[in-house]
Amino acid sequence: MNNMGIFKTLAARLKLVGVVASAALCLGLSTAAVAAEGGIKWDKAPNKVNDMTSLQNGAKLFVNYCLNCHSAAYMRYNRLQDIGITEQQIKDNLLFTGKVGETMKASIDPKQAKEWFGANPPDLTLVARSRAAQGQGSGADYLYTYLRSYYPDSTKATGWNNLAFPNVGMPNPLWELQGNRQPVFEVKNEHGHEVQHFKGWKQTSPGTMTPLQYDQAIGDLVNYLQWMGEPAQGSRVRIGAWVLLFLSVFTLFAWRLNASFWKDVK
Amino acid sequence: MAEFKELSPNAPVTAHVTNWFENRFPTAFDAYKVHMSEYYAPKNFNFWYIFGSLSLLVLVIQIVTGIFLTMHYKPDAALAFGSVEYIMRDVPWGWLVRYMHSTGASAFFVVVYLHMFRGLIYGSYRKPRELVWVFGCAIFLCLMAEAFMGYLLPWGQMSYWGAQVIVNLFAAIPFVGPDLALLIRGDYVVGDATLNRFFAFHVIAVPLVLLGLVAAHLLALHDVGSNNPDGIEIKATKDKNGVPLDGIPFHPYYTVHDIFAVSVFLLVFTAIIFFAPEVGGYFLEYNNFIPADPLKTPAHIAPVWYFTPYYSMLRAITDEMMYVLIACVVGGALFSAIKLPMPTILKPVVVVVALAVSAMMLAIDAKFWGVVVMGASTIVLFFLPWLDYSPVKSIRYRPDWHKWMYAIFVLNFFVLGYLGTQPPSYAGERISQIGTLFYFGFFILMPWWSRIGESKAVPARVNFTAH
Repeated sequence: MNNMGIFKTLAARLKLVGVVASAALCLGLSTAAVAAEGGIKWDKAPNKVNDMTSLQNGAKLFVNYCLNCHSAAYMRYNRLQDIGITEQQIKDNLLFTGKVGETMKASIDPKQAKEWFGANPPDLTLVARSRAAQGQGSGADYLYTYLRSYYPDSTKATGWNNLAFPNVGMPNPLWELQGNRQPVFEVKNEHGHEVQHFKGWKQTSPGTMTPLQYDQAIGDLVNYLQWMGEPAQGSRVRIGAWVLLFLSVFTLFAWRLNASFWKDVK
Repeated sequence: MAEFKELSPNAPVTAHVTNWFENRFPTAFDAYKVHMSEYYAPKNFNFWYIFGSLSLLVLVIQIVTGIFLTMHYKPDAALAFGSVEYIMRDVPWGWLVRYMHSTGASAFFVVVYLHMFRGLIYGSYRKPRELVWVFGCAIFLCLMAEAFMGYLLPWGQMSYWGAQVIVNLFAAIPFVGPDLALLIRGDYVVGDATLNRFFAFHVIAVPLVLLGLVAAHLLALHDVGSNNPDGIEIKATKDKNGVPLDGIPFHPYYTVHDIFAVSVFLLVFTAIIFFAPEVGGYFLEYNNFIPADPLKTPAHIAPVWYFTPYYSMLRAITDEMMYVLIACVVGGALFSAIKLPMPTILKPVVVVVALAVSAMMLAIDAKFWGVVVMGASTIVLFFLPWLDYSPVKSIRYRPDWHKWMYAIFVLNFFVLGYLGTQPPSYAGERISQIGTLFYFGFFILMPWWSRIGESKAVPARVNFTAH
């Protein structure tokens, strides 16, 4: 019933915002959507959704760095037991308030969030599923690229920009870990126009993690987001193997049964 | 009514039990004979003939999984999206039931399209099976309505904006359009009222009609008997007991056949459910994992794959295309007035009607005609039995070039379907306009082209090699 509460406040808020603000929001979000469709080519996320250590590390990063502003309104804390975290560990390390049976709510006040970032930070339960795009890659690929494409940009209100999501509203939440980087462009002449090609990154100030460690941490976080999008995906695949095995055997029997009847038809 | 039968007291218990029921419910026993043990189906059915049974299987899957989904789903704009996620996460086996239902929707269209293609190439719609075909087309329409309304229920972005776009199309109808759109939505935009009425239609109204039509489709089929790949009437050659020589009892021969086919079908169906339920965004669109937001229009709105051929035809009708269509109408009318045999008094009438239609085509927005074309693309199927003038039913005995005609028709359908998934583009628009003209040309000109060429001799008995 927690969902209901969130939806009610959401609905109430939407009504309050009214026409003027909605038009402004519309404009902001539609440019954001178009920009997100531009962006750079996506890197391939390390796909290891069965790796419990990675998932647990991802869960820790998610709770510490994402959950302050973003909710995961359909994800219950106690579901984390599926990735090998005990109920006691959840209570001691991951849960700040509330009960383990509750869903993950953001700590930020939505009103403040809107003032600070121009829009409410979206719910992340299904972000790894919704961000996939045909021809570009999976949602995990997008997130893996996006979280590794931040750079300081003094022309932006937040001081941050992102190559995978130009004009992004969110500043880099992991800048302490990553440090600062600047994209390096190569100017090429194409059809008489000067075109900037993204070449790579230049570290301008170090973070608490090395670039390699940072990539691994993001890999774990994205891995967790991927798992959270569909916690049943592991059992789905495992059960699927047995179902196909059964049906293969059954098909053999059905085939021979059919043949034994049809041998009479001349 | 059948006579009341008494068995000898020495008869086995099973015979007594059967007799007890047969005396009290003879209809069931007659129905079993008429539809199963003494329904004689041609023995030369091939691969293409399994999709009727499979459609029935998918219908049952959709009804059963739908019932379980209804137990947890909330038809409320504030709760719908969350309740689907609740099913996916908290309801035991909910994810399986939901994936069966979402995959079942696409599977339904796969098997029904293949079933219709079978009917098309073997002439299953022709005398005396016109009504079987017409009931089938009505089923197809119901299925489209069912799929369209069901797609709103998860209340994701694509659900919402897809419904918004399609319902707004009705607003293009002159005079009554805006009121009609309002009536469908129950509100000025798609909202809670829309969700509730679509839910009602999806879970009870349309399924009831669908089931009635399926019964009519099957009863009419069993009255006239099945067609076959040779397009031969097996009832024309019967043995002394009145059983068609080329017919075999549906049960057990086609029931074991179907068990095998069902098993193979389920292999594919479950492989999708368990290993790729999204099918790369075609069965479950990625954007639909974002809750419906009336303030945020997605950059690209595309219907689910099974609607995209018609969506392409809708988008093909631009202002420019209207001139082509007007030329078709006027040209067609002049041609019929000059060439076709009809009473002289009728000729000016045809031309005047064509000119009036052309005037309307100029006066009313192309968007409306797009809707007309989209509607006509499915309605035209109903008329197929009266458009085909080929002397033979089956593709096997038609002139070879007919095979090319059907191959291009299928290819065209795929191309239109692909273009419907893509964002609009200049090349795409041109190709879909040609595709639309071909699609309608295929049907409207069928009375003419189906007569052209030399048909092959149709044998008296079906082709069959024992397994």
